[in-house]
Amino acid sequence: MKSFGFNLKPTRTYDIDTQNDLCAEIAEKVPSFRQCMFCGSCSGTCSAATHVDFHILQYNILFRRGLQSEIADKLDQCMLCGKCGMVCPRGVNTRAMIMEIRKILSNHAK
Amino acid sequence: MGQEIHTIIIGGGPAGLAAAIRLGRHHRVLILEKEAECGGKLNQWDKLFPDFEDAKTVRQTLLQRLPENVTVQTSANVTEVAQESGKWKVTLQNGETHIAPTLLLATGFEPFNAIRKEEYGYGIYPNVITSVELESMIAKGEILTREGKKPQSVAYIQCVGSRDEKVGNHFCSVNCCICAVKQSIEVKQLLPQANQFCFYMDLRMSGRNYEERYRESQEKYHVNFIRGRVSETSVTANNQILVKAEDTLLSRPIKMKVDLLVLMVGMEPSPSTRQFAEKLGISDPYGYFVSQNSETADNATVHKGLFVAGSAKRPMPVPQALKEGEAAACEIAGYLSDNL
Repeated sequence: MKSFGFNLKPTRTYDIDTQNDLCAEIAEKVPSFRQCMFCGSCSGTCSAATHVDFHILQYNILFRRGLQSEIADKLDQCMLCGKCGMVCPRGVNTRAMIMEIRKILSNHAK
Repeated sequence: MGQEIHTIIIGGGPAGLAAAIRLGRHHRVLILEKEAECGGKLNQWDKLFPDFEDAKTVRQTLLQRLPENVTVQTSANVTEVAQESGKWKVTLQNGETHIAPTLLLATGFEPFNAIRKEEYGYGIYPNVITSVELESMIAKGEILTREGKKPQSVAYIQCVGSRDEKVGNHFCSVNCCICAVKQSIEVKQLLPQANQFCFYMDLRMSGRNYEERYRESQEKYHVNFIRGRVSETSVTANNQILVKAEDTLLSRPIKMKVDLLVLMVGMEPSPSTRQFAEKLGISDPYGYFVSQNSETADNATVHKGLFVAGSAKRPMPVPQALKEGEAAACEIAGYLSDNL
């Protein structure tokens, strides 16, 4: 095939219909997962996020939207200090959420 | 003179009825309602947010409380309102006239006509409906697509006709956020298998039990709230609706197909509200009534003896419209005792 010297970039649009919805699975273990109202106070207080690219709110949303593959390698940056859970106004058990997401993703990777 | 009317109320919705209930105890009141029965938009609604009160019961309670001094004239289409030697003269379409020292305009709102937001496909794609239509489906207890199937996925679009310069409405319609929370709970109760998505810009939950219900819709009814205003829709071969938006919390475009798309239509001044607001020179840029002072005289107008109440002033939920009517009744009673 003739090369024109450029490629098409993959689309940035994600199609929620084609994603694998694991929300029910995590909500069973961590019911407060569903309570997030996306305020970002967790990310704002995150002691890891001040030094590395770690975005707990975004990971929550990516997981909800079925884009788990994008967070699989990022969760290990969390130090599990629990500050995010202390500031959360909706009482999301953020530390349990991280732990469970790790477990679910490693189970699905098998 | 014994039978002189003290107050004419145009509009027998929640605000007008609440005003008549208070005023009718000591004054003679005439309600002019253009529809065949009183109740206003309560007649089009099934349950009310946040406590799922039955709209028909609310309407019935209001009608039962009307004192004997209140006369209700339905199917009364007011064509003209004018001040005449210190009194207010109201002319009906059939030529009939009524005169009273005070006039309360409680002419209400009408839902935004969703055809004007063509990019959402209302009136073009069969499975795009408005919140008003969904409400009547909920009332019947049966939610079906145009093909007669139970929808597996339902999406709600907020702010249709509100907060939108393109349709000339800069204002927030107040009731649509809460309506989506209410309806998504009811839909989930009727269709436990359905996935639900709600596209919003801000969720404005500012009343007693409002935030609690929103939280419940997430926790218990698994409604998926996605921050972003839907930019366009299209239709698939099997009449599903393809929704495109920006997931603003991920800064990434999102698309999905749903079986039923519900437009949360905003509130605009009713044709009567627009007409009287313009005629009497008390119109805001959108056609709602402007009160004399938004803090200290919010039911009076610049005209002596002319009062306004309810969703003809700005969008508001039913309980507030009821309080509006009561507040207007207080102002009118004060005016009558000072001037008669």
